[in-house]
Amino acid sequence: MEILIALAVGVLGGSGVWLLLRPRTFQVIVGLSLLSYAVNLFIFSMGRLRTGAAPILEKGGTGSLAVFDDPLPQALVLTAIVIGFATTALFLVVMLASRGLTGTDHVDGRERDR
Amino acid sequence: MSAALNHAMSHLAILPIVLPLTVGALMVMLGEHRRSLKAALGFASAAAMVVLALMLLHLADGAGGAPAIVYRLGNWPATFGIVLVVDRLAALMLLLTSILGLAALTFSLARWHQMGSHFHALVQFQLMGLSGAFLTGDLFNLFVFFEVLLAASYGLALHGSGPARVRAGLHYIAINLAASLLFLIGASLIYGVAGTLNMADLAARIPAIEGHNRMLLEVGAAILGTVFLVKAGMWPLGFWLPTTYAAASPPAAALLSILSKVGLYAVLRLWLLLFGGEAGESAGFGGTWLLVGGILTISFGTIAVLATQDMARLAGASVLVSSGTVLAAVGTGQVGVTGGALLYMVSSVLAIGAFFLVIDLAERNREVGADVLAVSLEAFGEGDEEEPTEGEEIGIAIPGTLAILGISFMACALLLAGLPPLSGFLAKFAILSPMLGVSEVGKAVPTLAWVLTVVLILSGLATLVAMTRTGINIFWVVPEGRPPRVRVIEFAPVALLLTLCLGLTVLAGPAMRYMEATAQGLHQPAGYVRGVLPGLRAGGGGGS
Repeated sequence: MEILIALAVGVLGGSGVWLLLRPRTFQVIVGLSLLSYAVNLFIFSMGRLRTGAAPILEKGGTGSLAVFDDPLPQALVLTAIVIGFATTALFLVVMLASRGLTGTDHVDGRERDR
Repeated sequence: MSAALNHAMSHLAILPIVLPLTVGALMVMLGEHRRSLKAALGFASAAAMVVLALMLLHLADGAGGAPAIVYRLGNWPATFGIVLVVDRLAALMLLLTSILGLAALTFSLARWHQMGSHFHALVQFQLMGLSGAFLTGDLFNLFVFFEVLLAASYGLALHGSGPARVRAGLHYIAINLAASLLFLIGASLIYGVAGTLNMADLAARIPAIEGHNRMLLEVGAAILGTVFLVKAGMWPLGFWLPTTYAAASPPAAALLSILSKVGLYAVLRLWLLLFGGEAGESAGFGGTWLLVGGILTISFGTIAVLATQDMARLAGASVLVSSGTVLAAVGTGQVGVTGGALLYMVSSVLAIGAFFLVIDLAERNREVGADVLAVSLEAFGEGDEEEPTEGEEIGIAIPGTLAILGISFMACALLLAGLPPLSGFLAKFAILSPMLGVSEVGKAVPTLAWVLTVVLILSGLATLVAMTRTGINIFWVVPEGRPPRVRVIEFAPVALLLTLCLGLTVLAGPAMRYMEATAQGLHQPAGYVRGVLPGLRAGGGGGS
């Protein structure tokens, strides 16, 4: 479980950073999306990984921090997803405006001289 | 009766967030038209914010060492719910924000607010995000308000459109989106280790964290710090800043100049709260980084100030110098220096805000390409040869508007360079004097403090050189064509900001007393922690 999550975070984060550093706006936005997946998984894992645990209460048991999953990181992930979605949409609009105004999809607004 | 009054007063804490949110939402619903109604609404809301901030400042100043108001959202206890905390620092930042908001909004009413859609709504949301970031006492809530203020700032930075703004805005947004992801990583790491996101609770739990967990916590804090330093524009994280600010429309740029101070605020608040003297093994974690980073930022900003050829970039570079100065001063970790840094921050924010507005007025009538001034002209010896030789040109009068603008420009230059008699000088003096330990005889001054002193003074000199050069080229030339037309509504905000700086100079005593009390509160966070968590015993609380 730990290995799986760690690999997922690592692969997503690595590809995200690589794409973020590329010169095309489309690559940048895909990179940012991958990075945000990686970060969301990471936040989720900060609530401690556990399989088969009850969401909040065992049947008939009393609530104890040691037994149930930590719901807070899940709430954080939800918020992060919503905010990330909105800002990505906003970035897309600016990208399109940049493409229209500068006539190129290079992040600097002009092609590098070769 | 008094209890009821207190209860009503405590609701003041949330008004700086609710008011602009409501007004902004209303403006969105009003749609594209009805500009004058929206302008009136926006102006009223911004003015009300100033009044609110003044009331909160008064309350905070009367509250001693503890926060004046701890507002529990939904009345949940602090560790479960989110709290808003009004203490001296928060109230000070609120006042600064609201004044700048009012000035920028008034300035835009002359013409800039018509250059694009939804300007007024964006200003309101910007004010809301800033207020929230300054008031919140919860780490994740801080993230949310960061996103609100950033989303509004994306819109404001792009206001007026055009290739230059969109190009700079693209970089600005990309950098801030990446920084937001880092914020999430840092905050969740801290949560994973400490089991809480409430700032006061965190401060109480940190001394008890040991071993690997302490290392993880420090990693989380360092990542979080990186985010704040990106916003504050610390070298090498601040290359985006001058370009973005120079490209933004002037009222937006004036408002954005407080944005870099949000990063500084977060560093001040969190670093001193979490890693102050009471943090056990982690006390002072990262202080040297702040000091060295601040010095490097001042140096970079100084070089940028000298090298720049256009006025808006000059203002952007001044933002870097001002950020670097505050960072370095805070990094020394001395109470007195922090007090001076706060005064410097207030003075420089007002001055830079006024400078952005003056630039727009002064440059209004100059032809495109006139920006390639100063360095190139001097290097190639142009200008002198074109000097008219007719006799009647000698006694030419400086037009009235140019004279007023020139005086404002000079005031900005004095403030930014830190020369007497204005508050910039007092603030720099207030930083340097306690740092060099004038009052404590026989105490060795660390090398880095000397370096900072030299860099600070040199940066002042460089700013003066650059501003003089620019000033001569703009105000000291034979006027070509007619002088810029400036309306009263455009000049009033500049006058307001500069008058406030003057007031800060005249009333330096009370202002400095407030700043020192703020610095005391920041360096001894026990009062803050007790105020937020009344029932807390030191080192208590369960794990995650």
